[in-house]
Amino acid sequence: MTLQQEAARRPRGVQHISTGRRVKDRFVQGLVYLAFAMAVVPLVSVLWLVISNGLARFDLEFMTHSMRGIGARDAGGGAYHAIIGTVEQVLLASAISVPIGLLTAIYLVEYGNGGRLSRAISFFVDVMTGVPSVVAGLFILAFWILFLGMPYSGWAGAMALSILMMPTVVRSTEEMLRLVPADLREASYALGVPKWRTIMKIVLPTAFTGIVTGVMLAVARVAGETAPILLTVFFTDSINNDPFSGPQMGLPLYVFDQAARPNDTAIDRAWTGALTLILIVMLLNLVARLIAWWRAPAKGR
Amino acid sequence: MSKQIQVSGLDAYYGAHKAIEDVSMTIEPRSITAFIGPSGCGKSTFLRTLNRMHEVIPGARVEGKVLLDGDDLYGASVEPVSVRRMIGMVFQRPNPFPTMSIYDNVAAGLRLNGRLPKSQLDGIVEESLKGANLWNEVKDRLTKPGAGLSGGQQQRLCIARAIAVKPQVLLMDEPCSALDPISTLAIEDLMAKLKDEFTIVIVTHNMQQAARVSDRTAFFNLAGQGQPGKVVEMDETSRMFTNPSQKATEDYITGRFG
Repeated sequence: MTLQQEAARRPRGVQHISTGRRVKDRFVQGLVYLAFAMAVVPLVSVLWLVISNGLARFDLEFMTHSMRGIGARDAGGGAYHAIIGTVEQVLLASAISVPIGLLTAIYLVEYGNGGRLSRAISFFVDVMTGVPSVVAGLFILAFWILFLGMPYSGWAGAMALSILMMPTVVRSTEEMLRLVPADLREASYALGVPKWRTIMKIVLPTAFTGIVTGVMLAVARVAGETAPILLTVFFTDSINNDPFSGPQMGLPLYVFDQAARPNDTAIDRAWTGALTLILIVMLLNLVARLIAWWRAPAKGR
Repeated sequence: MSKQIQVSGLDAYYGAHKAIEDVSMTIEPRSITAFIGPSGCGKSTFLRTLNRMHEVIPGARVEGKVLLDGDDLYGASVEPVSVRRMIGMVFQRPNPFPTMSIYDNVAAGLRLNGRLPKSQLDGIVEESLKGANLWNEVKDRLTKPGAGLSGGQQQRLCIARAIAVKPQVLLMDEPCSALDPISTLAIEDLMAKLKDEFTIVIVTHNMQQAARVSDRTAFFNLAGQGQPGKVVEMDETSRMFTNPSQKATEDYITGRFG
């Protein structure tokens, strides 16, 4: 084709969108909406099921009583002991894994420089991400309880959970720290601010919102874990406020236990337990959002 | 307040790559020294060696001597952090701290080095913002975020931040290249004012700017791709732009380069 022909073939001026393209556009748009719906349907249906079934026993007694002295066929009883257990175990697990995770991420981003140690750490963090939760529970069971001879306790559960939390915290914090522009670090160094203060006062505050989100995701993941709890905190029907001595309970474990019982009152309690777990995670999330919003980089002008 | 810098036989490396070779020069106090030259010839690298910012980059190192009024900045016992307190820097892109207000940005250098009561801090912030010709524009919104200012204002905020720690020398790495002509003029006026107090070194791609603001000019060039950059010529700015002694300088300045 010569240049003239080519030029003649090419339409001039404003073109209208051809029917073919319009159809394709509509088609792909439809696919995107469909994918969105498919992603949302399970979420909505889970929420709907849990709320509609859980509301039956969502009462004051459930929130303030344990299962102590509740017979196999009795109605009533509650999950107070399990709520206390879950909250304490998750907070303890965060108290272990957030500092370690943060420091690891800071090392990887600020000090590692892609050296051998930092590559090794990265590799093991990736491996840890893939560890199934039962294995984390089994590890604490084998090491802490069987080998060291320590008793079952909320603390043992928290340690198992922290093994699961740590890699998530490291990965998300690392991502967030890498997003902080090098310009800001250099600006701080150029003012004669030492490196560690730059990290504390410039890098971490800039990445704060993202780090909080990452930690919350880790908390949410860990709060619903059953297997590691089952193997490490044992089981109890009574209230035990002390995570460091004696068996505790956890909400996932409570749901697991109640759902396995053959009568309707227990099944109801299981649904309400699940609802409570969702609410606790949501509440923690909300608190974290509030903190993040309050500490966010100043907006507006 | 302001000090002289003497550089002798300075080489700078990025890993195995030698970026600049054998640079020697004297930078006079209370004057503006401009570095010009094509991209990649090592002007910015050299500027960053003057306050030990070069070594912040992994694998980067420096050989040679930089004397600040006779003290070797690369001496074995010298703390790089203290060097940077004496020699401030303004970067190509305005980089105010996004989590901080205008006030906190200016106070950052003092506060992060930890001391000073609030009243004294207020005074220094006001003085620095006035010094950077920004006070009148921002005095009613000091608590608003620094990132909300326009590009030119942000750059002046960065200058205020740099002069708040009272350095002896101010290094500026293409401070106007991201700014419009009006903001550029504001910053050039500011430089002329600041040179009474500081030793100023500026890297620029804009030869008119070098001619307008600087007292002395150094022309950097490199022999070819992958070769280290060198100083071709350094002289009074008026002579550099009218009667340079080197052919390469003349070619570059008149736009007949390469």
